[in-house]
Amino acid sequence: MRKIFLPLLVITAALFAYSPYYINQAPYESTMLLVQKIFYYHFATWMAGATAVIVCGVASGYYLFKGSVVADRVAVATAELGVIFGAFGLISGTLWGRKAWGTWWAGDARVSMALVAELIFIGYLLVRKYGGPGSEKLSAAMGVFGAATAPFIYKSVDWWRTIHPKTSVMSSLNDTPGGVIMWNIVLFCTLAFMLLLTVVLAARMRLEELRADLDRLYLEAED
Amino acid sequence: MLLRTVALTLTSFVLTTGIALAQAPAGQDEFVPLSSLPPGQELPAAPLVLASYASFLLLMMFYLWTIWRRINKVEQDLDALKRRQGAASR
Amino acid sequence: MFARVALLVLKKDIAIELRSYEIISTTTFFAAACVTIFSFAFTRDDETMAMSAAGIVWIAIAFSGTLALSRTFERERYGETLKALLLAPASRPAIYVGKLLGILCLIFATEILVVPMVALMFQSPLFNRPGMLLGLLVTGTIGYAAVGTLFAAMLVRARTRDVMLPILLYPITIPVIIAGVEGTTALMLSPPDEAMASLWLALLAFFDVVFVTLSLWMFEPLMTE
Repeated sequence: MRKIFLPLLVITAALFAYSPYYINQAPYESTMLLVQKIFYYHFATWMAGATAVIVCGVASGYYLFKGSVVADRVAVATAELGVIFGAFGLISGTLWGRKAWGTWWAGDARVSMALVAELIFIGYLLVRKYGGPGSEKLSAAMGVFGAATAPFIYKSVDWWRTIHPKTSVMSSLNDTPGGVIMWNIVLFCTLAFMLLLTVVLAARMRLEELRADLDRLYLEAED
Repeated sequence: MLLRTVALTLTSFVLTTGIALAQAPAGQDEFVPLSSLPPGQELPAAPLVLASYASFLLLMMFYLWTIWRRINKVEQDLDALKRRQGAASR
Repeated sequence: MFARVALLVLKKDIAIELRSYEIISTTTFFAAACVTIFSFAFTRDDETMAMSAAGIVWIAIAFSGTLALSRTFERERYGETLKALLLAPASRPAIYVGKLLGILCLIFATEILVVPMVALMFQSPLFNRPGMLLGLLVTGTIGYAAVGTLFAAMLVRARTRDVMLPILLYPITIPVIIAGVEGTTALMLSPPDEAMASLWLALLAFFDVVFVTLSLWMFEPLMTE
């Protein structure tokens, strides 16, 4: 990881630096016009956030059953990243909703469920920080349950009567004029966010490793 | 030492993105003549788009800064501990 | 064997509870106090908002459920009996199911008081479709208690259990509470929206399956030191 870290970082930086220009080139969406340009980062951040949440759930389960310390570190790092990406997803969604729905908070199904997931992972971090000894297992259980809600968030718009765009919005994009360009930009932004997720995850994991080193040294010093 | 470089690079890349983002909305305003906006567009969208991208920038910068600060702190503690141990063993 | 262990654990819990009636009386009292406070908070010009009844029922259940959960396991901690129970040569999931059944009995007992009380104080048509209401209450309570039992059992060893139980439990069970509230609200419409209510009922049943499966699956590694 350390060898490819810097190249990966440079690629991510390049993608992010280019993305505003690329988004600027996108044609206006026919009904929502300029405000639709929030979509590119909004969608990408939720993709990265969902990935973080699912990785966190899998890593938590792996830690519970196999006792792998590395899996535990991955779970902490991804939970934190899930909270950060989720926070931006909620902020950008609110700003978009202000224009598209005319209200900051519409209380629609997917938005509420996304907030629930955000709360679960904030709870994860709280348990982790203030839970005292044994909090690793507690938070791991929370991570598994948190990841289990992710499919509900994804499907909630299809089940409930709601104003949030349906999951089919992505496939319909191809039919609109300029849709191919928009589709490409969506993919581009998602790739950039996924790389960002990887890079920050690596940095965050390094922090956990250092902390573990510190704890070990403290224990040795006491002996 | 590597970590400090990494943290610096991360911050600088976020800053470049920021400059790029700051330029983007300006181009957008020229792109749309105001007269071509439909009558339903009472609420200007540009500030919202700008706010959205700026919030991402700020959030990411803040988060990277916290990681950088936490890594630094742990490294300091490690150094201090190692020095103390070195002094004790001598 | 599995069912026998679960029933034995349940029988033990009921026997202890019947000796003092401590948890059941405090929990139902707490739920009644909650409903009374809400009945003041939601009254406008002497006209009670009938539709808020659905939310009140579920909030009262969630709050008193937390109380029942923490008291039940506090009792186990006091005598270190949970440790003894886990040392017994019985399958861990069976012990979990036994504890879950005990908690369910307590929460159902609370609901028997709370639901008619809300219907009375808010003059709301909660009993339009008693069968579906019962279904919503049962599935919702199972989903809530399944997660609650798992976390309360885990927290027995933790020093910060009083703070941590709500922090762990509430975010995870919000979807269950939402589904319960929405389903109950659909039942109170005139005429009752049965299609909507059964959709929420199906969702609750789905949550139950997911939560119970996950809890059974994780109870073993979580309770191992």
